[in-house]
Amino acid sequence: MQKAIGKRAISSFISLFLLVILVFFLSRLTGDPAALFLPVDASEEMLEAFRERHGLNDPVIVQFFSYLGDLVRGDFGDSLRKARPALDVVLEAFVWTLQLALITMALVTVAAVTLGSIAAFKVGTAFDRFTSMLSLIGASAPDFWIAIVAIVLFSVNLGWVPTSGTGSVWHWILPICVLFIRPFGLILQVVRGSMLSALGSAYVKTARAKGVKNRPIIFVHTLRNAMLPVVTVIGDQAAALLNGAVVVETIFGFPGVGKLMIDSILQRDFNVILAAIMVTALAIFIMNILIDLAYALLDPRIRA
Amino acid sequence: MGQNDMSDTTATEAPAAKPAPSKSSLLSMLFADQFATVAACFVILVILCAIFGPLLLGEAASDQNLRARNAPPFTLDRGWLYILGGDALGRPLLPRIVVAAQNTIMIAAGAVAGSFIIGAVLGLTAGYSRKLVSEVIMRLADVIMSFPSLLLAVIVLYVLEPSVLNLVLVLAITRIPIYLRTTRAEVLEVRERMFVQAAQVMGASTFRIVFRHILPVILPTLLTIATLDFAFVMLAESALSFLGIGIQPPEITWGLMVSQGRQYLTSAWWLAFWPGLAIILTTMSLNLLSGWMRVALDPTQRWRLETGGKKNG
Repeated sequence: MQKAIGKRAISSFISLFLLVILVFFLSRLTGDPAALFLPVDASEEMLEAFRERHGLNDPVIVQFFSYLGDLVRGDFGDSLRKARPALDVVLEAFVWTLQLALITMALVTVAAVTLGSIAAFKVGTAFDRFTSMLSLIGASAPDFWIAIVAIVLFSVNLGWVPTSGTGSVWHWILPICVLFIRPFGLILQVVRGSMLSALGSAYVKTARAKGVKNRPIIFVHTLRNAMLPVVTVIGDQAAALLNGAVVVETIFGFPGVGKLMIDSILQRDFNVILAAIMVTALAIFIMNILIDLAYALLDPRIRA
Repeated sequence: MGQNDMSDTTATEAPAAKPAPSKSSLLSMLFADQFATVAACFVILVILCAIFGPLLLGEAASDQNLRARNAPPFTLDRGWLYILGGDALGRPLLPRIVVAAQNTIMIAAGAVAGSFIIGAVLGLTAGYSRKLVSEVIMRLADVIMSFPSLLLAVIVLYVLEPSVLNLVLVLAITRIPIYLRTTRAEVLEVRERMFVQAAQVMGASTFRIVFRHILPVILPTLLTIATLDFAFVMLAESALSFLGIGIQPPEITWGLMVSQGRQYLTSAWWLAFWPGLAIILTTMSLNLLSGWMRVALDPTQRWRLETGGKKNG
């Protein structure tokens, strides 16, 4: 187990390093930040001074190695836009996204596992067909479209919740609901399929033959075995949630890391882009390890 | 109701036409699943729109009629082209959606075909070659997988100027790992089977074994994934176009139409609603088709469709 985590740490580190190189050079290709940050009528000397101050005059390769040098010392550089350490800016935004993702994923897991198990248990009934339809719609829905339709319906017409921003509990409802839909649809399908095959297995038939009641069969025998593929999908979806967060945060004006990245890319705030990528990658790495631990917890065969 | 009628009539016609036995059994398996039949019909309709739409309705779709600005849907006052309403410049929405199908489908099809071919070839190589090569390929896949694909696409598109070709490239690259991993996992299993060993003993070249013996076995799985992925890529392209870094006007896709309609949400909801509905119906149909393919192409599950019944196990 420890060996596996160590191996994964090394390969993740290599992936991250390659990604940082890629993004570093790609982002520098987007153009000159000085042209964006200074007013249009700024003199050539002012532009030059700006570039000199932020080290943008050096050859890109020199910039890269000085960035790496700073990185080793734990310095992620400053945000051009906010004139503050890039890492602080990113971490601030990340806390928002993390909260959003955690709440959404917790709700998704509870709802999908409950409904999926019931659907598998009552396979072929109206309830099963209804949840299948629900999950199909959920898995197919374009999140940005759902978001704006929801704004029109619930914020503008009905006035139940605010359209965007943060501040109260009410501001969280729409973003969470919109983010909820796609992973819910996908995970529900996996739970149902996985429960179905577990219910058809020999050990469930044995338990039935022994006269075990329905409830222990679901909770003791099948759920635990059926959860293995589900845990994998939950992990995948939690990472994919960040994709959704980009769209949802942009539409709802939610100050998370997805919106921060889009803004930083559009404004050529290189240090923030890179810091955000590293923080996100670290979060995904930690989550993958948690998934592995969950595996071991569920399946004694993996622990060995 | 109309959809049900359609599936019924096609189902009764099916036994009449029986040229090739394998094809017709696949068709009758399609008709055994009513949802899949409707989904297939819808996908074919969308593809027809994508191919012939711009030819037939291209002119009507860009024809501005300032008196029909944000015209409400469901009236035939301005002719049937305006049945879904008009957009902010008075262009009729229905032909615009039909025309936009071309870019939407072309980008998704290009991206899926690109990632499918590259992913499958790399996966076959990784699965059937020495450990070092396989390791390198898998690590590269990890780099792509380790990061939310949408953000990577945003960065790349911002550098590369958004165009149809670049959009296809970016989307294809982010989806390669899906095919690569599946192909490799399947190859690792299939290469141990008896018929592969038999081919080796008979002196078949590696190239022949991989492409003539292994590939046909794993192709159904890959096709099922590709159908599902088509929906995913469509959603990704729509999201990028919606964020303003995908397709640029005057080109149109459904995602861009939703984005353009967004500012008129409160006064003219139909501008953003119809193209969004087109997206959701297409992705839903693809999801249904993929589910049907998973059953129809799997020999151990095929009986569910061959007995023509809704017999769940």
